[in-house]
Amino acid sequence: MKKTSIIMIIGSLLLLGLFKFPLWNIMLGAPQYPDPLGMNIYINGIQGVSEFDIQNIDGLNHYIGMKTIPKPEEMWEFSLFPKVILGMVVLGVAIGILGFFGKVNYWFFLGWFLLMSVLGILGMYDFNNWLIDYGSNLDPHAIIKVTNPDGTPMSYKPPLLGFQKLLNFDVTSLPHIGGYLMFLGMSLTLFAFWLGRRGTLRKKPMN
Amino acid sequence: MKQIFKISTVFLMIALAFASCNNGKSSKSNSALSSNVAEKVYVAPGEYDEFYAFISGGYSGNLTVYGLPSGRMFKEIPVFSQFPTNGYGYSEETIPMLNTSHGFIPWGDAHHPDISQTNGELDGRFIFMNENNTPRIAKIDLTTFETTEIIEVPNSAGNHSSSFVTENTEYVVAGTRFSVPIPQRDMPINEYKGNFQGALSFIAVEPEHGGMEIKFQVLMPGFNYDLSHPGRGKSHGWFFFTTYNTEEANSLLEVNASQNDKDFIAAVNWKKIEDYVNNGGGTMMPAEYAHNVYDETTHKATSTIIKEVRVINPSEVPGAVYFLPTPKSPHGCDVDPTGEYIVGNGKLSANLTVHSFTKMLAAIEGKKFDGEAYGIPILKFEDVLAGSVEQPGLGPLHTEFDDKGNAYTTFFISSEVVKWKLGTWEVIDRKPTYYSVGHLTIPGGNSRKPQGKYMFAMNKITKDRYLPTGPEMEHSAQLYDITGDKMELLLDFPTHGEPHYAAAMRADIIKERSKKIYSLAENKHEYAAKSDADTKVVRQGNDVHIYMTTIRSHFAPDNIEGIKIGDKVYFHVTNLEQDFDVPHGFAVLGQNNSELLIMPGQTKTSVWEPTKVGVWPFYCTDFCSALHQEMQGYVRVSAKDSNVPLKWSLGDDF
Repeated sequence: MKKTSIIMIIGSLLLLGLFKFPLWNIMLGAPQYPDPLGMNIYINGIQGVSEFDIQNIDGLNHYIGMKTIPKPEEMWEFSLFPKVILGMVVLGVAIGILGFFGKVNYWFFLGWFLLMSVLGILGMYDFNNWLIDYGSNLDPHAIIKVTNPDGTPMSYKPPLLGFQKLLNFDVTSLPHIGGYLMFLGMSLTLFAFWLGRRGTLRKKPMN
Repeated sequence: MKQIFKISTVFLMIALAFASCNNGKSSKSNSALSSNVAEKVYVAPGEYDEFYAFISGGYSGNLTVYGLPSGRMFKEIPVFSQFPTNGYGYSEETIPMLNTSHGFIPWGDAHHPDISQTNGELDGRFIFMNENNTPRIAKIDLTTFETTEIIEVPNSAGNHSSSFVTENTEYVVAGTRFSVPIPQRDMPINEYKGNFQGALSFIAVEPEHGGMEIKFQVLMPGFNYDLSHPGRGKSHGWFFFTTYNTEEANSLLEVNASQNDKDFIAAVNWKKIEDYVNNGGGTMMPAEYAHNVYDETTHKATSTIIKEVRVINPSEVPGAVYFLPTPKSPHGCDVDPTGEYIVGNGKLSANLTVHSFTKMLAAIEGKKFDGEAYGIPILKFEDVLAGSVEQPGLGPLHTEFDDKGNAYTTFFISSEVVKWKLGTWEVIDRKPTYYSVGHLTIPGGNSRKPQGKYMFAMNKITKDRYLPTGPEMEHSAQLYDITGDKMELLLDFPTHGEPHYAAAMRADIIKERSKKIYSLAENKHEYAAKSDADTKVVRQGNDVHIYMTTIRSHFAPDNIEGIKIGDKVYFHVTNLEQDFDVPHGFAVLGQNNSELLIMPGQTKTSVWEPTKVGVWPFYCTDFCSALHQEMQGYVRVSAKDSNVPLKWSLGDDF
């Protein structure tokens, strides 16, 4: 149980990477932008990959009537997310320590994992809603209005995950280092659960 | 008879067979050869050249930037000439760059670009270039590829043996081709001899920012100081100048300055003179020369007139200057990468003379002098001679070096480049140029470490090399592969203006440091507007200052009223973009001035003095964006006595 508890603690601590590294990254390349413009999405705000990328993305987006990319104070998510992540780290480490001293068992590890998964999915859902709003809630006086073949206004929603072509831009949206560390950490907590359960199952016949 | 006929027929057939066989073979190998050559200069779309070449524009006054081996031109950098393309020398910020003690001069004759050095190797920070006609030295910053400093050289005329840098860029050196009265005065021309002098100017370069300052001028006898190069390695601390017209003729020089069998190479121990000056030596003499500096944060040049210069008479510093006799009006003065050999390209001589630095020091040590000229000791020709390249060609002008101990000399009259070996003086190869070559350049030249690989020859005569373009045409350069024993002609490419010399080096160092934009946050221009909200129009008497911004795709303000005939209107245009390669342009109908081309983060000012009442459009001249055609505005010009109020707007907020 000691080994699995340590894995649980390490897994939870990996979430701290989100305070240093971006959770997600969206890159926008175009014929005129051989060096693509890019946004790094952190849990506490959005930053340009290069110094002036946000300004330049906003500059281009004004043609199609998109809102400017929100500053941290303009979205409640950016103040809530750090608190949630920090809370989950504290909870995960606490469970790990209690597990280490035999106060709780591996089912708590799974509980943490499931809670984190639910929160993660809610976060993704919220993020996707923002992308939809950002990409389709356009200024009616936009300079360039592009419609779909059926006459509805075209949405410029970037993909949540993967690649999409939006007019002249090739948009690629992928997790970044912070995101990968979070996935790794979550996997470790699940692994800790599995390891703990296997250990107990093996011990049982010997009883 | 029949027999003879038969035999000859057989011979003829054999000959034909051989001929056709030969033809087939040679045409085949030719095409294989030329495709091989094409590959050597082919830089695929989107790929980069291996070398930068900075080719002087001669009488264009500017510097052009090329890539090698492709021979593609990337940019023309305005230096000594007004450049309506971007407003250099027309905008309020850059007019001071072309100020001199003779007032504003719109044109210059650019000659010899030379790249700054650290420890005898090209460091790619700055390029210096001389203006021959109204003597000046310019500095071009290689992070922005813009001219950032120009200093006028007083007491000089025909600033030709310039602008070569010492091996740590301690000095950029500017020698005078024409001797003149010093100080300038009203005197008969035919009293030249003994009265005119030639100034060799040592311009100190501040190590961190490259700021130029004339440290001292050596006032030499009234010869013509044609070209120069610094010593390097063992000869670091010396500078060498070729001279002609040691006859001191003041008329019909083509005859009168070609009489002496030998002229001189002047060897100047600048370290010695520097010590002398640092200890308070020399005389401050009254002078008048302009020092123009462009500030990258205020985006503005200032011109200061300096009133004195320190001069040194060679006789004040014994052992500082010697003359090395060199045959027949030498032109180029070139020092090999080791610093041992000094090549005097005697342009009327059949042989090429090479002096030895070691032998020169020994001769000085042994005081083996062959008289003196104006108090300057003359060394004996035989004592300093390292060797001669015998009968290499006609009209030698300039020599460059590769990294394998070979030298390459241009021959103007026989129109060729000759490769020869340092030390053995044997000729290894010769290749024609098209036509009448002047300078040649090997990347990394004028340094301890030539970078070899290519050599290019800059020709004075073009004639039939390209599709004809009437009597006046661009000049022509040829690129040669010099990796093998024999030189191989790879490419012809046209060059802009009348290229004299060029400086070239590997692209990597320069490429990494090239800036993409100017920082708007760091823009300290007096009249910058850093957002649309900062824009305004301010009247001060008859001066109207318009603080204007540009961003894709509008001007702010774009409607301006209240301008009157007799006003002097200053359009201060700031480009708010912080994105690579998004310039905006500015021009207004009827303006007696050039356009402005404003880079991201930059502010430029154009002055307009309207002469006609009306509503005059202005627009962006650079196709900046999809809505570039919409990027326009109007200025309403009213009569002198009208009372139309001053107002400005963007959109509906009048």
